[in-house]
Amino acid sequence: MTSRRLPLEISAGQARLLEVDGLVMRYDTEAGEVSAVENVSFSLGRGESMGLVGESGCGKTSVALSLLRLAPENARYQSGSVLWEGMDLLELSDQEMREYRWAEISMVFQGAMNAWNPVYRVGEQIREAMDHHFDPPLSTVETSRRMDRLFNLVGLDPAVQNRYPHELSGGMRQRAVIAMALSCEPKLIIADEPTTALDVIVQAQILEELKEIQEDLGLSILYISHDMAVIAQVTDIIGVMYAGKLVEFGSTRDVFHGPRHPYSYLLLSSIPSVTGPRRRPVSLEGTPPNLLAPPAGCRFHPRCPWATEQCRTDEPPMMQIGPSQWAACWNSEQVPEMGEQLP
Amino acid sequence: MSLVRVEGLRRLFPVSAGLFRRSTGFVHAVDSVNFEIGMGESLGLVGESGCGKTTTGRMLVRLEQPDEGRILLSQPDGTDMDVVELRSDQRTEFRRQVQMIFQDPYESINPRRTVYETIAEPLLIHRIGDLSTREQQIREMLRKVGLAPPESFMFRFPHELSGGQRQRVAIARALILQPRLVVADEPTSMLDVSIRISIMELMSQLAKEMGVAYLYITHDLAVARYMCDRIAVMYLGKVVEIGATEELLANPLHPYTQALLSAVPVPDPALPPPEVRIKGGIGKAVNPAPECRFVDRCPQAADVCRTTPHPPLEDKGGRRLVSCHLVEASRH
Repeated sequence: MTSRRLPLEISAGQARLLEVDGLVMRYDTEAGEVSAVENVSFSLGRGESMGLVGESGCGKTSVALSLLRLAPENARYQSGSVLWEGMDLLELSDQEMREYRWAEISMVFQGAMNAWNPVYRVGEQIREAMDHHFDPPLSTVETSRRMDRLFNLVGLDPAVQNRYPHELSGGMRQRAVIAMALSCEPKLIIADEPTTALDVIVQAQILEELKEIQEDLGLSILYISHDMAVIAQVTDIIGVMYAGKLVEFGSTRDVFHGPRHPYSYLLLSSIPSVTGPRRRPVSLEGTPPNLLAPPAGCRFHPRCPWATEQCRTDEPPMMQIGPSQWAACWNSEQVPEMGEQLP
Repeated sequence: MSLVRVEGLRRLFPVSAGLFRRSTGFVHAVDSVNFEIGMGESLGLVGESGCGKTTTGRMLVRLEQPDEGRILLSQPDGTDMDVVELRSDQRTEFRRQVQMIFQDPYESINPRRTVYETIAEPLLIHRIGDLSTREQQIREMLRKVGLAPPESFMFRFPHELSGGQRQRVAIARALILQPRLVVADEPTSMLDVSIRISIMELMSQLAKEMGVAYLYITHDLAVARYMCDRIAVMYLGKVVEIGATEELLANPLHPYTQALLSAVPVPDPALPPPEVRIKGGIGKAVNPAPECRFVDRCPQAADVCRTTPHPPLEDKGGRRLVSCHLVEASRH
């Protein structure tokens, strides 16, 4: 395994590929305003892979959709910016945004393997995306050459282009989705639960291929997943979200080995593993708050075993804990070390 | 002492194709499966989708009729109840002894019934107790599954509960008759990670308290590790390996178990990513050839594997059963 440069030192003057700064996004619903993404900031460089984790409803998919401006119509961007190579995507017109979507940033989402149009061959559908996005259009020969390369890249026989979606297995369809996502040579791929519906062996094969492709092409990937084990294996940096807020951010290694936010700690302690000593996973009591009326102070305080008076009233800002680790917690020094044997 | 003995269990599903849906063969969903579950034991049935684990579970609770084979449920009086050929007067007793918990608590609970009605139903069917003792029993069961105080849950409808709470109701309903065996089919895979652990803990704690045995069906080996005393691994309708949980995970003997285990991601970024030892995906056992089911994907396949029939599940020593020609019966 190659150890890549730690991606967190932001070099002055040089724009990172993606910088999300103070993003606040809310959904207008009949019941009121849902605070789905609250003051989220992170950045991602070229060739880096980042994981965004948390329970369902924590806002991780809302963040992903914001990057593509694909959030549902009732979403409102309250403040903050999404800088793509220094330019704010939230300021672009819909027409301009369309140029970026898919060409610069593409997405592989959960269950995307079921999004194929059943009456067209897989290859035709990818070719259509390419025809649409390359200006001037590629020659037929060049398109075919690229298609063959794409299919080889994702571990599919190029002959699969001529098959219909129903003729492919789930794993093959998901691979073809990845080929489609790569077809317009994006710089960033957002992968929302890309392997959740697949069996472990196929999952391992696809994650391995994604990693190779990423290294070959110098791609950045933002993985969104609830599966901490997958995130541990494929990312350099990780952001942990809880109830719309980013509560911890840092290098994957540092966060997994020494989480400093109580939520990350409990989340990491709650996953059973097939290897290592048979530790009893910790159960995380309670449920995430209703985002129509999130609790004051730290949003995690009602479930936090280390909560103090301050946590109930004051919202903790992101604080730097180590050279490549940040946590939004007033009492991060209280969080126990990982791997302490539990009774 | 064993509670359930499964012998030569088989279930074929016809496959049809073409304009007139002509039958072209059979999927061997479950093919000559043998295993035992001890009293109060938790046996994990693991494998990838389509391996036959759910069909096996459904046959155990009589939701599916086997084409061949026997399922014997030993009775307190020393006799065996033949689950496949159940006499009509044994049906009620069978239902009392064997229950099921499904994957999706949103689908397995009647949305028009309150929690109280849902849990009371088995008691009513089996004519257990009168109104007040039933209510007492239901209150106690709700407390046991962590829905306390019972008053605040009894008269709620499923849509007023979270996914985790619904699964607790399903557990309460399955356990209210004090069954001897519960077939649990992926009971936590629809739930969030944080809730998963509390449901798993609840299930193992109640099993210990009430002496219930589980057939725990899951695709997740890490979950099986925490829930099960023994694990049976299935591949394309066949059980390929059975062993005590920790021993099987520490030293898998069947090449498929090895491959499956090596593909499981480990939640530690310092460890190398999983190595995929086998290529391709799991197919369907349509009219399978007689030789070993795993031979095409097996990294160790030898001539013997291609020329002889699918190897039987044999004790290779230390109570480890393996169905592979290449594993020597040397361990004792």
